[in-house]
Amino acid sequence: MAADSAKLSKNLMRMKFMQRGLDAETKKQLEEDEKRIISDEHWYLDLPELKAKENLIIEEKSFVPCEDLYYGRMSFKGFNPEVEKLMALMNPKEEVEKEEEEDRRMQTDVTDEEMALRYESLVGSMKKKFAKKRDRAAIVEVEEVEEDVNQNVVETNPKRVFLKPQD
Amino acid sequence: MFSCLKHKVGEVLLPGDEFSFQPEDTISLTDTVKPEKVICGPGLRRSGDRLLVSKSGVLRTKQPNMFWVDSQQKRYVPAKGETVIGIVTVKSGDVFKVDCGGSEQASLSYLAFEGATKRNRPNVQVGDLVFSQFVIANKDMEPELVCVDSSGRANGMGVFGGGGLLFRVSLGLIRRLLAPQSPLRAELQQLFPHELVIGMNGRLWVKASSVQQTLIIANLLESCENMTAEQRRQLFRRAAQGAL
Repeated sequence: MAADSAKLSKNLMRMKFMQRGLDAETKKQLEEDEKRIISDEHWYLDLPELKAKENLIIEEKSFVPCEDLYYGRMSFKGFNPEVEKLMALMNPKEEVEKEEEEDRRMQTDVTDEEMALRYESLVGSMKKKFAKKRDRAAIVEVEEVEEDVNQNVVETNPKRVFLKPQD
Repeated sequence: MFSCLKHKVGEVLLPGDEFSFQPEDTISLTDTVKPEKVICGPGLRRSGDRLLVSKSGVLRTKQPNMFWVDSQQKRYVPAKGETVIGIVTVKSGDVFKVDCGGSEQASLSYLAFEGATKRNRPNVQVGDLVFSQFVIANKDMEPELVCVDSSGRANGMGVFGGGGLLFRVSLGLIRRLLAPQSPLRAELQQLFPHELVIGMNGRLWVKASSVQQTLIIANLLESCENMTAEQRRQLFRRAAQGAL
């Protein structure tokens, strides 16, 4: 019987239902065999690692980006209005300059002087708001002195007094 | 790195000239070493770390780091992104073959038109002119054209032509026509109403309100090829007065 079992093929012995009857040693051997087969089939390329070098030269085959060439459709004196619209769309350089000019004008709408004057009064009124009632009179006095320092001609409201109605 | 290129700006280069970029010997302590990139346009080609000149002409530059060779030629080589005038030669299944003026016919998919779907085919016949741009153009592959931009709109591309005249000029004249602040274009603007389609492949299509006027403009443009600015100005003045 023992001689018969030795003749059974390896593939047969590897099957699940045959392994129940095997002893520990043959089991181990079979596993090792299997492992070797797997590692033999796993292969890799014996190459040095590729080093990616940064490319400092970029090629450009077309003249269009070099010379900033215009779009190739044009119409003159309103021959084809659609194309004229397209020209304005595809070659928008001249309009950019105009917009910039407008921006500059917008910025100078409020001059620095005007802004300074506006904030001057704002600072004063905020200060008054947070001061105690007793200090308010003092603040007004200080402001009058400061105005002289700045040498700005700003209308100062004269103290309001009750005007007697004339009879 | 590109100081050697800068020295040569405005000078004539010949095919075979080369620039090589050695790393600089002196290392500055204050600046952080930042590799400079160079964009080389037509006429220059990269070969490893060297830059080879492949066309004869004058070296030009544009800020910040663009260099190219300004050369005069008639042969067109397709380049990606350029817009050209093509002639449809074959209609087969789902692609058209288009003669774009290069060494090989370009293919143009029927889906690459504005509003085209599998059901709704564009109406393109053999012999039609198409204004289209290259999406694939390299030396190893068949060039491919499309008639839409990246957002799927035509923007002036597609089939055109009918009542106009198509002719060929040199590539240099095409670039002169398309250059920003082109004096030639300013002079054309003074003439009667007309329309131009300019392909980077040297094809030029003109249409005016009558056949006579179309022919006048076509002849003017053809003769612009070899004229000084003064001669051209005189010719255009005579044309504007109706003397031609």
